[in-house]
Amino acid sequence: MVAPAFDYVAADSYGEAVRLLTAHGDEAKILAGGQSLMPMLNLRLAHPGLLIDISSADERQPSVKDGMLRLPALTRHRVLLQHDLVRQHCPLLADAVRHVGNVRVRNRGTIGGSLAHADPTSEIGCCALAAGAEVVARGPDGDRTVPAGDLFAGYWSTTLAESEVITDVLIPAARPGQGWSFLEMVRRTSDFAIVAVAATIFLAERSVAIASATIALAGVADRVVLADPDLAGLTGSATTDEALDAAAGRIAEHLEPSDDVHASGAYRRRLARVLVARALRQARDRAAGAVR
Amino acid sequence: MTKRRVVLDVNGRDHETWVQPSDTLLDVLHDQLGLADVRYGCGEGVCGTCTVLLDGEPVSGCLTLAVQAAGHRVTTLRGLMGPGDVLHPLQECFLRRGAAQCGFCTPGMVLTALDVVQRLGRPTREEIRDALVGNLCRCTGYTKILDAVEEYADLAAEP
Repeated sequence: MVAPAFDYVAADSYGEAVRLLTAHGDEAKILAGGQSLMPMLNLRLAHPGLLIDISSADERQPSVKDGMLRLPALTRHRVLLQHDLVRQHCPLLADAVRHVGNVRVRNRGTIGGSLAHADPTSEIGCCALAAGAEVVARGPDGDRTVPAGDLFAGYWSTTLAESEVITDVLIPAARPGQGWSFLEMVRRTSDFAIVAVAATIFLAERSVAIASATIALAGVADRVVLADPDLAGLTGSATTDEALDAAAGRIAEHLEPSDDVHASGAYRRRLARVLVARALRQARDRAAGAVR
Repeated sequence: MTKRRVVLDVNGRDHETWVQPSDTLLDVLHDQLGLADVRYGCGEGVCGTCTVLLDGEPVSGCLTLAVQAAGHRVTTLRGLMGPGDVLHPLQECFLRRGAAQCGFCTPGMVLTALDVVQRLGRPTREEIRDALVGNLCRCTGYTKILDAVEEYADLAAEP
């Protein structure tokens, strides 16, 4: 298919992008890496009148300050995969990104674009939740910070205003003693996840109990979701396989995934239980290895 | 939408052309510049037949706008070949191993395979398979493609 005709403007700064968004309202769409938007245009699933290309709005690289990993929104997936600061301070994300699309998608796709697209099966959205990320959104009134947990509003929609654009993703740097895991099930490598799980576990030093844990899931609802570690009985729990498996069971019980052509809701719930159990064990082992 | 003039650096040569803002790089390379080695397959970035190198990195021509490619270096399969259409050593490996049947996927395969060998030096068969996951071939069953890329990687790794 051929994309519907649209106009195009390259914004050379985020300020310019916000100004254009404000002027054109919902006629305009931000173009970052284009790896989700362009297929939607080619399939005529979206009909914007204007694309605002922000690729040259920002040239910053990932950085770390005061225990926060700052990823400029235009950071491409390939950079997330390879960058030393990402590997060191958010190994969860660096590992998960290898599951995103194919090599061409990773060469063009950006972290900000992925979060703004808000696909309910997004590996990056899932990691953003588990890692406690925040996004910085710039609008006509300046910058505001939105926790990843408040960003997603449903299928391919966010809580961002029409004239806001994501400029940065802030992720608390992984602490010593924190373990992590990212696992997903796909029909074909590079395809959308049927279910994906991102988990972190923090053990207090020399502790056999879980000080804190986060579990995020993709593919089980209209958005990526965080499981409640207290409800699952994880906080303060023992780190035995049995305890972790029981927590995974409780997390899966609370999910109500729907059926689609790829999998039934019941299968997704079963996948969630199995993947969360495996992810918790792997995160625990990594945490234990870090404490030792 | 008004057409605009762009200068595209394709295979080391500047091409001046007029494009619609919504024209993809694939549209312009194939339909306007007559580069038959960049092909429409799926239009969704899944199949890899429109792969080109943008500043040396594989991208989908169908997911990149032509206007976005201005100021960047575009390389298609033909850009790998020497003067007088001398085949690239990786193409020779494809021929020797019978890695092309209908040939529709071959340009994208070759460009993507070249990238993984250049990035990783001597990638394992699994790493090659992973790099080529976004390049679909409906004829060969992939085995001979992997054989060809491994042979080339061995050649390229020789001092």
